[in-house]
Parts: sequence; structure tokens; C-alpha cells
Amino acid sequence: MDKRFLAIASIFASFVVVTSIVSTSRRIEASPSDTQLRSLVIKGSDTEVQLVSNLVERFLENKEGIDISVTGGGSGAGIAALLNGEIDVANSSRDMKEEERTQAKERGIDIGRFTVATDGLTIVLHPENQVRSLSLEQISAIYRGKILNWKEVGGPDMTIALYGRQSTSGTYVFFRDRVLKDDYASTMRTMEGSQAIVDAVKGDMSGIGYVGVGYVKAEGGAQRSDLSVVTIATPDGLQVSPLDTQAVLSGAYPIARPIYQFVVKKAGTESLIHELLTFEMSKEGEEEIGRAGFYPITASDRQENEAYLRNLP
Amino acid sequence: MTVNSRNLIDKLVHIGLALAASVTVVSLAGIFALLLFFGGSALRQIPLNEFFFGINWDPTSYRQPSWGIVQLLVGTIMVTALAMAIVVPIGVGAAIYLAELASPRVREILKPAIEMISSIPSVVLGLVGLLFFAPKIAQTFGLSSGLGGLTAACLVAVSALPTVASMSEDALSSVSHRYREASYALGAGRWRTIYSVVIPAARSGILAATMLGLGRIIGETMIVLMVGGNSRAMPTSPFDPVRTMTAVIAIETKEAVTGSLHWRSLFAIGLVLFLLTLMLNTAAGALMRRRAIP
Repeated sequence: MDKRFLAIASIFASFVVVTSIVSTSRRIEASPSDTQLRSLVIKGSDTEVQLVSNLVERFLENKEGIDISVTGGGSGAGIAALLNGEIDVANSSRDMKEEERTQAKERGIDIGRFTVATDGLTIVLHPENQVRSLSLEQISAIYRGKILNWKEVGGPDMTIALYGRQSTSGTYVFFRDRVLKDDYASTMRTMEGSQAIVDAVKGDMSGIGYVGVGYVKAEGGAQRSDLSVVTIATPDGLQVSPLDTQAVLSGAYPIARPIYQFVVKKAGTESLIHELLTFEMSKEGEEEIGRAGFYPITASDRQENEAYLRNLP
Repeated sequence: MTVNSRNLIDKLVHIGLALAASVTVVSLAGIFALLLFFGGSALRQIPLNEFFFGINWDPTSYRQPSWGIVQLLVGTIMVTALAMAIVVPIGVGAAIYLAELASPRVREILKPAIEMISSIPSVVLGLVGLLFFAPKIAQTFGLSSGLGGLTAACLVAVSALPTVASMSEDALSSVSHRYREASYALGAGRWRTIYSVVIPAARSGILAATMLGLGRIIGETMIVLMVGGNSRAMPTSPFDPVRTMTAVIAIETKEAVTGSLHWRSLFAIGLVLFLLTLMLNTAAGALMRRRAIP
């Protein structure tokens, strides 16, 4: 009995010693003595999470002593965390709501808006659905539950299965406010993330979904073959695709949108945020944006960003 | 060691153990107080009539927020009922097989295997459900999508299976052999003995196992969140998408700003969920006491 106890105790003790050595040595590696550890916590939009992770990774190349974490959860979750003082930067695929601005003011938080990239919100269908083009009015009616069968828009005789995001999603809010201008049909299944919508529509002949344009492109930027991308028929008879850079940047694609980062102004993180945002607007940053399937910011967004950066130290 | 120091050690151990026991009570009281405080403050702002009898839960609506929990209650009850209908026959059946029929070798392999299910994290079950099981359900029943009540119930049933099967088996195995021998001596066969003697003798244990399984099913969040479909419509068949109270709390806490009405209203849902489970547990306790073999 005593021997066994001794054996267990010694194993435990050596385990503790080894782990503490490993962890201290790692700590020494991570923070070279001449620079202090600087860190940022970024959270929010699922549409942006991959893009911003890639940007941060590239930004951190050849830099030491900086720790930046990027997580998803939805734009609403990011902005709520920003208002609750839990994070430094909120990724958001929608603008802040009026009530959120009021809450920020009440809490004395100074929040700035920075545009990261341009997204063409993309309507996706199962590849075997022969519908290729829809007008915004039709899309709106489908999601409001006014059009229930694909045959009403030139498709097969099938009940439409709606897939959307949860209310925490910026895409959910943007699409509702811009396209529906009303509540979603109550039959819409709400999914955990954009990838879940892609997976569901891929497997559902009668499905329709909406995601950021980055989600319909494969690794190299080419379009995925297992999803069909709807072109939008405009009132003046044009067919515009979210895959057409020109149409998205000129605004001819009607549901193009800037995607944002909301930044809390507070001492301590300002210089690091300044560096990161400046990098995001650089040539290298733009390259990463293209690689993630999104489009660069427009000239007017760039001017706004630059004005914002001038106000940061 | 003197008598005095031994007494001191005794006392310290006593105090330590009492503290350990009081942690449970304190945390229960604390959680209940929090739910009551924030949930109650939400319910002073939301008309009770709307909260308990309103069909629709949509605090972030484009038009006007609605705060009714009926659809969420129906979702929770539907998933729970379906899952219980699956897990009780399978769980208790497996327990009877293990306790009464299986050879010791089979039991040695099977029982740990069943218990191992409980080491599968529910998010993994949800993932398997989302990517493999839901498409299978859709195919089998000719649905456009398998994300709905039945799929969620099946997976939740799997997660509760070890609780029900393993605890029922314990209850059956602990029935004294004298009962069985007496039954055989009276000329009853194996089935007759199981049905009329062993199961009634183990009834309170089986009921307890079922109730624990029920608690687990009602509280299950991740699986229903991932495969339930979560739509606002009232489910009318097991294949329809469902939204449960747990899933709504999990989804909406992420966006609700601390202290806002939306945030507090989630505590109100939590309170309802807590009271529901408490009621079931109390009822189960009463049932067990009444039916216990004298």
C-alpha cells in the first residue's frame, strides 16, 4: 500500500516538475526580454473569421512578442463582447445598430469603424436545381415565405427549403434589412455558421442559402463545383454575379457590402491596432483578401479608413 | 501522536468534508437566486401572459420583438418525448439482457462498451448527426433535409443511453438471488421470473435511471443546437425543425448585451427550464418512495 502510494506520488511529482519546466521554457521563448508582450483579442463575424485569421497570420510573420487571437461566433456576438469590454476588436459583416451605439455611449466606450474588405453576399442553390437567376424581389419573397415552391420561379415542382443564419449573425441582419425589409419566414432553418449553410444546401435539392462570397470559392479562389451560385436579375435587365469583381466593386451587384472591424479606442492597444489596420490596407493585405475570396475596399472606404487611422496615434 | 493532535486532525477533516458538502448547496442556492433575480426582473418587463402563452420567441425581430415561449416548450417536450420513447425500451431492454440473460463474458464486454458512449462529447454526436445521420434520415423518409426533431431525438437518446442502461442494470443485478430462487421454487420459468419478480423488485432503481436520463435529455443543448434545425415555426410532425429552450439560451447569450432585457429574458427561460426539471425530479422521487418494495 505504502509502496504504491510512493510510486504514484513520485510519478505525479515528476510530472509536475516536467510540465513546469516545459511551460517556463516556452514562456521565455515567447517573450524576448527587450520587447514586452503585446496582445489583441479579436472576435465576431463568421463570414470574416477566416479572412482576418489569414491577415493576422501574415501580419505576424517575422514579428515577435505579439499575441493576437481571432475567433468567430457571429457579428452580434462580437459587438456584444466589445460593449461588454471583453475584446479589443469586433469583426462585423454589418454596421452597428442604433441601440448598440446608444449602449456604447452609455458605457462611455469610444468605438471606431474600419472597413476590411468588400463582400458580395451570395445566394447558393443545389447544383442540380435548374434555377440560375433570380431577382431581388423573388429572393425576398422566397425568404419571407411568400413564394413556397420552386416552380413559381421557373424551377422544379418542389417545396423550397430555406436555410439562414442565427440572429447573432451580421449576414442574417444585413440580408433581412437590405433584401427582405421584413421578418424571415418562420420555417427557415437557422444554422450555426456559413459553412453549415453550405453543407446543408449541398445536400438538399430544394435548398437555398446565403453566404459571404468567400464561402463559394475553393482554396485557390476558383468557384466550388458542388454549389450553384445565383446571378441576380436587376430591374434594368442585367444579370450580375457576385463572382464578377467589377460588378461587386461598382455596386452594380445589389447586395455587395463592406465588411467591418469595430475598434475600441483605449490606451495600450492603439499602436498595435494602428499597425494591424495599416497592414490590412497594404498591398500584402489586399493579396490575402483576394486569396480568401473577398474583394478589396472601395476608394471611398479607403479614404474613411485613412481618416480613421490619422486619429489613432 | 498525542490524543490532542489526533482530535485536532479529526476535527479538521470533519470541517473539510462539511465544507465540501456545502459547496453543492451553496452553488444550487446561488444559481437559483441568479435565475430568480435576473429572470424575475425580465418578467416584470415582459407581460406574463405573453411570456407563458405567446407562441413566438423572436426578441430581435425586424418589426416588434416577441417573447412567447410556447414554441420553445413544445420543441423541448417533443424532443424529450421522442428521445424517451427511443431510449427507455432500448436502455431497459439492454439492462435486462445484461443482468439476466447474458453470459458473464458477454456482460464483461458489453457493459463497459455501453458506458463508454457517455465519454463521447455531445458536440461530437452533433457533428456526426449533422454530417452523416441527418442526410440518412432525409434519405430514409424522403425529406428534403434531415435537420429536425426526430434526428435530434435519436442522437439525444444515444447520449442518454448509458445512463439508463447502466443504472437499470445495476438495479436489476442488485435484486437478491433469493427472490429468483423462490420464484423458481414456485415453478415459475425464466421469463415469468424476470417479468413478475425481478423487474418489480428493481422498479424504483429503473425509474431512477429513467429520470436521470430524462434530466440529461431535457438539458441537452449542443446536439439539438446542431441538428434540430432551429426554426421559428411550430413543429407539427417529428420531421419538422425544432427549437428548444436550451438551444435558444445557447444561441442568444452570444449576442445579448449584459444587463439588457434580452439578456435577462434568457435567465427567465433558464428559470422555466430549471423549474421543469425540478418538478420532474420531485415527482420521480415521490413515485419512487411510493412504489418501493416494502
